[in-house]
Amino acid sequence: MTEAEIIKTVNGFLVEEFEVDEAKITPEANLKETLELDSLDYVDLVVVIESNFGFKVKGEDFTTIHTFSDFYNYCYKKVQEKEVA
Amino acid sequence: MNRVVITGIGAWSCLGKTLDEVKESLFTGKSGIIFDPARKEMGYRSALTGFVERPQLKGLLDRRQRIGMAEPAEYAYMATLEALKVAGIEPDFMDKNEVGIIYGNDSVAGATIEANDIVRAKKDTTLLGSGAIFQTMNCTATMNLSTIFKLKGINYTLGAACASGSHSIGMGYLMIKWGLQQQVICGGTQEINNYTFGAFDGLSAFSIKEDEPGKASKPFDKDRDGLIPSGGAATVILESLESAQKRGATILAEVLGYGFSSNGEHISNSSVNGQTRSLAMALRESNIQAKEVDYINAHATSTPGGDRVEAQAICSIFGEHNTPVSSTKSMTGHECWMAGASEIVYSTLMMQNDFIAPNINFENPDEDSRKLNIIAETKKANLTTILSNSFGFGGTNSTLIIKKFT
Repeated sequence: MTEAEIIKTVNGFLVEEFEVDEAKITPEANLKETLELDSLDYVDLVVVIESNFGFKVKGEDFTTIHTFSDFYNYCYKKVQEKEVA
Repeated sequence: MNRVVITGIGAWSCLGKTLDEVKESLFTGKSGIIFDPARKEMGYRSALTGFVERPQLKGLLDRRQRIGMAEPAEYAYMATLEALKVAGIEPDFMDKNEVGIIYGNDSVAGATIEANDIVRAKKDTTLLGSGAIFQTMNCTATMNLSTIFKLKGINYTLGAACASGSHSIGMGYLMIKWGLQQQVICGGTQEINNYTFGAFDGLSAFSIKEDEPGKASKPFDKDRDGLIPSGGAATVILESLESAQKRGATILAEVLGYGFSSNGEHISNSSVNGQTRSLAMALRESNIQAKEVDYINAHATSTPGGDRVEAQAICSIFGEHNTPVSSTKSMTGHECWMAGASEIVYSTLMMQNDFIAPNINFENPDEDSRKLNIIAETKKANLTTILSNSFGFGGTNSTLIIKKFT
């Protein structure tokens, strides 16, 4: 998947599954604050990532993800690793 | 002791998704039963079922509110939304008062099986998502509704097989009567997905008159051959008379009394002795005589054994008064955990609109039902006092008596 495809997929499931206003999604916006994530929501984020990209996020990985841009980069890197493997 | 009144009712039923639709179905004797081919494919002996639409909650509730709701909670939400509207209870009132909830439910088979299918396939429990735990617990309806409506009073689910809905109203009634609560949301909910009724079907308890689904449920008829599973939810808002009058609420009826008993016998067979004790207790607690009851909404599910026993129990107390009797399960099928609550909703609609809903498909009595005054066609009637029976596996019996408020 290209980076653009990753961004499109991520934004798609955030709008659809997490009912986020698409206008609020910008690369610099804070992921947790924009999505109003609580501890339960992180579990659902793990589920949508697995179903869309086929890899399982580890809880500790979220500690380094702050912005949407961080999130896109993280997903892209993981998908790349998976594709290489 | 407080007097306890009904100020709101709501239903999401195979007879309709609004009170007006339900009333019309009851009046016209419309059946809510269909043939579902998917059940045959799954190995069900009978593919007959009540048909209830899944509500579309997107737009009504946000993602976090919806994600923990299994089918019983969805139905209960819709029925409760309508009942609260009828009662004129707004979110602000619930925020400022200790409104309670006691709701009948006795399964979440669909959500439980679907969750376990995911674990089996993925070998990873995290991939169930955050909603699964709240969907798979039996209290899914009360857990979710108490959160959505921000309830601050009593809060629990009552599981008592097919008497769950009735007992929930009985317990809400006692809470208010004793002054422990002023308003309680009561009701019953029943999932209807194809995972739910397999074990019940396996007992050969369901009708196999599949050629004409609308004619298969024949409570009290001599040719009845079994019940038809059904579902949805029904809500009854109970309130102390003082609270209702203070709010200026319209009072739909008064709950006069609640009788109950346990058979102490067989796990699935009904008992004349057990049912008679429940009926007698309800009359005693209501402080009325049998002759004062204008109509009996029977439990009768259309099983050969169950209807026979109930006919005998009713006859033993009401036989000499020729009290009108009908089973609305002739139209709805057996709404199981929901039935006791829905039948109070149906009875209240009859009381409000001056008619007795028919026991459709009653063509020929058997030796027990011929002793009852079974109403087979819609009958205009001024109903003041109504008795509603609900009985369940394990020998749990519940009887409620409601009266027109004067």
